[in-house]
Amino acid sequence: MTPNLYDFSTLTGAIHEWLSGMMSPGWVTFTELVLIGLLFLLFFALLGLFLVYLERKVCAIIQNRVGPNRVGKWGLLQTIADLIKLLIKELIPIRKSDKFLFNLAPFIVIIASLMAMAALPFAKGLQAIDFNIGVFYVMAVSSLGVVGILLAGWSSNSKYSLIGAMRSGAQIVSYELSVGLSLLAIVVFSGSMQLSTIIESQADGWWLFKGHIPAFIAFIVFLIASTAEINRGPFDLAEAESELTAGFHTEYSGIKFAFFFLAEYINMFIVAAIAATVFLGGWMPLHIGNWEGFNQVMDFIPSIVWFFVKTFFIIYVIMWFKWTFPRLRIDQLLTLEWKYLLPVSLVNIVLIAFLVLMGWHF
Amino acid sequence: MSFNIIMFYLFSAIILVFSLLTITSRRILRAAVYLLFVLIATAGLYFLLEYQFMAAVQLTLYAGGIVVLIIFSILLTHHISHRFKHPDLTKMIMGIAVAVVGSALTIYTILTYPFPQTITVTELPATMENIGMQLLGVEKNGYVLPFELISILLLAAMVAAIIVAKKGNDKNAEI
Repeated sequence: MTPNLYDFSTLTGAIHEWLSGMMSPGWVTFTELVLIGLLFLLFFALLGLFLVYLERKVCAIIQNRVGPNRVGKWGLLQTIADLIKLLIKELIPIRKSDKFLFNLAPFIVIIASLMAMAALPFAKGLQAIDFNIGVFYVMAVSSLGVVGILLAGWSSNSKYSLIGAMRSGAQIVSYELSVGLSLLAIVVFSGSMQLSTIIESQADGWWLFKGHIPAFIAFIVFLIASTAEINRGPFDLAEAESELTAGFHTEYSGIKFAFFFLAEYINMFIVAAIAATVFLGGWMPLHIGNWEGFNQVMDFIPSIVWFFVKTFFIIYVIMWFKWTFPRLRIDQLLTLEWKYLLPVSLVNIVLIAFLVLMGWHF
Repeated sequence: MSFNIIMFYLFSAIILVFSLLTITSRRILRAAVYLLFVLIATAGLYFLLEYQFMAAVQLTLYAGGIVVLIIFSILLTHHISHRFKHPDLTKMIMGIAVAVVGSALTIYTILTYPFPQTITVTELPATMENIGMQLLGVEKNGYVLPFELISILLLAAMVAAIIVAKKGNDKNAEI
């Protein structure tokens, strides 16, 4: 039962045909790579700007404030003004730092999130590359980002940076386990790691609803663990400003600092998009069993809208976490992961394997 | 020349150059970062072979796991101003000689071995299903026994590591 949605592969196919008419196959691939790369970079920048604006507005609403409201209508141009400010700021060189690693670190962080983004399915047929190990690929490349954070902390030659980097390294390495196990739960349900297949398997209902309580537990564990993995509050003790000034990016200024800032927001988007894809059906509309009329009404909403609505819902939840919960201490953080989340997800995955073996899920 | 071949040479060049830099760099963290580049370029070669599972394993285990551990331990033990001294001339000559002889032997063997085709190649897509079935298969060509043995070995190694690290403080020690 595939819903009758607009398939973006007709558009991308047409572009491919048009390019093939002009040049040889090798050059077509090359041109397409360049085009997709440019598109992703553009999307990356615009999304980053929008997410910063959104965060400030959400924070303001939670704290009973108005938030940015001077630059442009409702302050919409505020982040663009911020960007211009960051672009023309001075890049301060640190005298006793390791220059090469200091300059390399922001790029590692940015490249890791750009690579993870390449596998996201934005709409029906709109996916840059559909690996048969999609979920695993996203996990693998996003684990590279921590290298950039560790390098940034060490090469700045500052105690705040170093402590921040160590904290964030310990945090990311341990929470990666829970993220992986909770994603594995849905891989067990759908029997595939390919993101497009996981979405197809949710045509008759999202895994959050089809997978009984275990899928729900996996979803909660994923939300907590991934919030920790992207270093966001209440797990933002890597950059706890009250004790570490700004953590691993204390010594960075101008656009190099903006790279870390941007990567953090993009990682939030990636995490939310993965949660939306794996647990909430990605671009698949909300379908309920045999309610034909209801399902057809839902199919009128384009798939790209479904994807972004679900993703931004999760982003809102993650922001809500940050502005309501107090920051954890490092020992509380590690206790939460190793003594609670990890055992829960291990038991949960055995439970899910049992459910699937007995054929008890829908 | 097709793009695949260009990419192959590009990845090979990255691997060679950064391998050399890894062993010649005098700053330890830079050496670790060069090693990271070598491992990522190797993952690129696996992607080129369309063996995506292997590439992702390479990225998670080596680039995301082992290099992060190496960097972590460097962060804990070394200061940023630390530089390695140049090794003695005799050591350097000996090392280069061993490397040259070893690689010459390997290359010579590979070039002269005829590589007879003993099996007929069947197209087997390296999907997750196939890999999982092979890895945990109990029939012929299944790998479940080595898989379990290695898991027990790793578990024993980890328990041993914890006991070694837990030395002292005997009053509260619960083993």
